[in-house]
Amino acid sequence: MITIAIGLSIILLLVILYLLFRIGTLASIFRGSTERAAGTTKVSNRVNGTLLLLFLIVGGAAFAWSFVDAWDTMNLPLASLHGEWTDSLFWTTMTVIGVVFVITQILLFIYSYKYQHKDNKRAFYYPHNNKLEIVWTLIPAVVMALLVFGGWQTWTKITSAAPDNAVVVEIVGKQFNWMVRYPGQDGKLGVAKTSLIDATNELGVDFSDPNSHDDIINPLQIHVPKGKPVLLKIRSRDVIHSVFMPHFRLKMDAVPGMPTKFWFVPTKTTAEMATETGNPDFKYELACTEICGRGHFAMRYVIVVDEPEDYEAWLASQKPFVEQNPQVLAKFQQESSEKLVADAEKGTAEEVKTEL
Amino acid sequence: MSSTDISMTRDTHHVHVEHDEHHHDQNFFEKYIFSLDHKTIAKQYLFMGILWAFVGGFLSILFRLQLGWPEATFTFLEPILGGWIQNGKLDPEFYLALVTMHGTIMVFFVLTAGLSGTFSNFLIPLQVGARDMASGFMNMLSFWIFFVASVIMFWSIFIETGPAGGGWTVYPPLSALPEAIQGSGDGMTMWLISMGLFIVSQLLGGVNYITTVINLRTKGMSMTKLPLTIWAFFLTAIVGLLAFPVLLSAALLLIFDRSFGTSFFLSDIYIAGQALANTGGSAILFQHLFWFLGHPEVYIVIMPAMGLASEVIATNARKPIFGYRAMIGSLIGITVLSFVVWAHHMFVTGMNPFLGSVFMFLTLIIAVPSAVKVFNWLATLWRGNIRFTAAMLFAIGFVSLFISGGLTGIILGNSALDIQLHDTYFVVAHFHLVMGASAVFGMFCGVYHWYPKMFGRMMDEKLGYIHFWFTFIAVYLVFMPMHYIGIAGFPRRYYNWTGFETFNIFTDLNTFISIAAILGFAAQFIFLFNFVYSMFRGRRATENPWHSNTLEWTTPVLPGHGNWPGEIPTVYRWPYDYSKPGATEDYIPQTVPFSKTQSSNLPNERDFE
Repeated sequence: MITIAIGLSIILLLVILYLLFRIGTLASIFRGSTERAAGTTKVSNRVNGTLLLLFLIVGGAAFAWSFVDAWDTMNLPLASLHGEWTDSLFWTTMTVIGVVFVITQILLFIYSYKYQHKDNKRAFYYPHNNKLEIVWTLIPAVVMALLVFGGWQTWTKITSAAPDNAVVVEIVGKQFNWMVRYPGQDGKLGVAKTSLIDATNELGVDFSDPNSHDDIINPLQIHVPKGKPVLLKIRSRDVIHSVFMPHFRLKMDAVPGMPTKFWFVPTKTTAEMATETGNPDFKYELACTEICGRGHFAMRYVIVVDEPEDYEAWLASQKPFVEQNPQVLAKFQQESSEKLVADAEKGTAEEVKTEL
Repeated sequence: MSSTDISMTRDTHHVHVEHDEHHHDQNFFEKYIFSLDHKTIAKQYLFMGILWAFVGGFLSILFRLQLGWPEATFTFLEPILGGWIQNGKLDPEFYLALVTMHGTIMVFFVLTAGLSGTFSNFLIPLQVGARDMASGFMNMLSFWIFFVASVIMFWSIFIETGPAGGGWTVYPPLSALPEAIQGSGDGMTMWLISMGLFIVSQLLGGVNYITTVINLRTKGMSMTKLPLTIWAFFLTAIVGLLAFPVLLSAALLLIFDRSFGTSFFLSDIYIAGQALANTGGSAILFQHLFWFLGHPEVYIVIMPAMGLASEVIATNARKPIFGYRAMIGSLIGITVLSFVVWAHHMFVTGMNPFLGSVFMFLTLIIAVPSAVKVFNWLATLWRGNIRFTAAMLFAIGFVSLFISGGLTGIILGNSALDIQLHDTYFVVAHFHLVMGASAVFGMFCGVYHWYPKMFGRMMDEKLGYIHFWFTFIAVYLVFMPMHYIGIAGFPRRYYNWTGFETFNIFTDLNTFISIAAILGFAAQFIFLFNFVYSMFRGRRATENPWHSNTLEWTTPVLPGHGNWPGEIPTVYRWPYDYSKPGATEDYIPQTVPFSKTQSSNLPNERDFE
């Protein structure tokens, strides 16, 4: 019943609007405004010119207000060393483009208002001025060159090789969660292969590799020490994902078949950030930013930044995967001898396949 | 009609004479459906473009509902969406499919086919002074292949597993593996077939546009007397011709990977409980191929809009376009540079950082010609005598949106800043302003301005004003706040963000954006009404209602087959002699010889013909 009533009132509203439109059209024919050249009607020009000016003033004010109002929420608390560089570069660039934005928009709307049609006026015939063209080609070119230089310096620093003493954390994306691996005491990650993945060994670690024996897999949270370089080794085992840690200004795609990396230095512990933001439950989050399927929006992992000594303590408390799942190691030892035989048999068949 | 045809035989060649004999009994199909006439084909493209725009817009409203009210239940959508709504909740995969189809439809079907297809077809022959396109048959083929592509794409929305859902960029492996997402099943196959056909259609059209501009210009129409619209269409067609084949190759390789077991893009994958045999492929390779088209594509979208806006601004400011040659130069600059900036979409894909530096440098260079264009538009408005037609308002809106969206490109083109902003709403805001909304504004500006030549009637100006103001305000209300949440890192293509403490503070802003989007979409029905109503009951147009200089306004109110009843007029001057001192009227059409305008000739023009 209500839907019918709503439907009827919408139809009624449309009919009224249509009638208003017809009356308006007839009235304008009556006034003779249709006989003037299009776009030279006094009222329309004045109304539109004024609206353009109003749009500049009201729109500009609304933009300024909303910008200031959203300032605190849009400036995410910052917790990495390189983030300081990119944030300052970002706001420098924003200032530069902000100035250009304000000047050009003001000119656009002021000119539109000021030079609206008048019957007794004639436009100024001014087809070109090469000096002006050169000036306004060179100025943006110079500004761009400066911005490129700033960006290039920062980019080179960020993407430079990670220091040797960096804490290594492997992050592997899958549909739809992240898997994490620490190299353990020896500081080396064991080899991993796609073909070895199964329900227990989600990362496909080759446990016949001794480096893997102290690897820590899938801790509840990612822990990293404050003030020390952390190297993320990023992989994916199905589709492309992207590691995004907004507070660290860090993003790198996880690509199947092509390991990627990103290193950074966390500058604030989770506890410090909780004090700074006034939120006792503050958590650093890891999100996925490359569309990866149904659960794309839910690939969350929590990162904890500890004081270095707390980090060491945490690391020491973690049990290597092999210790937790001894059956995996046993399986590998058993398999390796069986595999030799199987490989010899399979060898010929595989060769044919590659030739094809 | 008959007089048109008789005169045509006089100065066209043999083929046309033959054609002429059975011309009078053109049946309905020849005239309106499988027409060879560029004006009819242009209108067909326009209708398809508008239809697609409403479909694409509607899809965006659906996902804006989800984003604006993430906790709400949408049982009322069940009659439309059926199984995609479960217990009042939108299916997450269907959400991704909506986003994907919105992007594909808007970028390719509306802003490429709808924009270039309509205005290149309609304006090139009329503005260069040609009877028709170089090949009317290829032109017809171009539209009908596009039509078939459209049907397939539309159909894919309704199949059980849903349309393609891997984003409009269809990155493999997601798009290659049906196990990864339902949409990568039959929906993706249809997407690829449809896009393959679409590319063929664009190539057929592009060859035609280029040939027509080069070969069929009327007497006196040198390249430096062409209106900027034609320069824009011409260069757009060149970009399309060089870039689209690369997308076709990417699509073909993806088809091989999907259906014939090759490993161009696939390697080391474990999915649905088993390791795939594919090895040695590169997922990044696809991105290079895709963006080798994808980036020029945004210029394919925006350059025609620039051309249309330039023309409308000059005409209605009653001033010559400022820096005509600089405008052409910057278009050529954009054309060339558009091919060497693609990898700025890939800064954080793990691509070699050195490559990132190179592409950052090249990307920021392209800002220079764009800036030059903006300054020239502003200088054109300066001391003009501006007539606020609906088309002019949309042209001014275009410039405003192009500035707002273009400037943030300087930030995103900077690889160091892109680390944080890549795939956030900052990017969404940027490209929607600079190539989405502003290209749509360019399209509206074109429709309002050339409607009288298309349908012989005027669109209602007042409804045009209302349409403009609602749309303009809505666009800013939708996309400005998106910058804020983007700066905070809010990721794209998120069905729901309430699980993240970092992002769940933006509920209010998202609701606000959704309301603005719904209002903006509703305003488009004003346009639709105006468009359809004016076709039948609009005020009758005169031959040259805007007092414009270009050639198309010298044709009859409704130009017939062959465009000009008599001989094709000769061109003597550039198209921007507005408000020339000493002239009686404030415009001198291109067809008026200098010998007839002694009073207004500049010193160097005294001896011109």
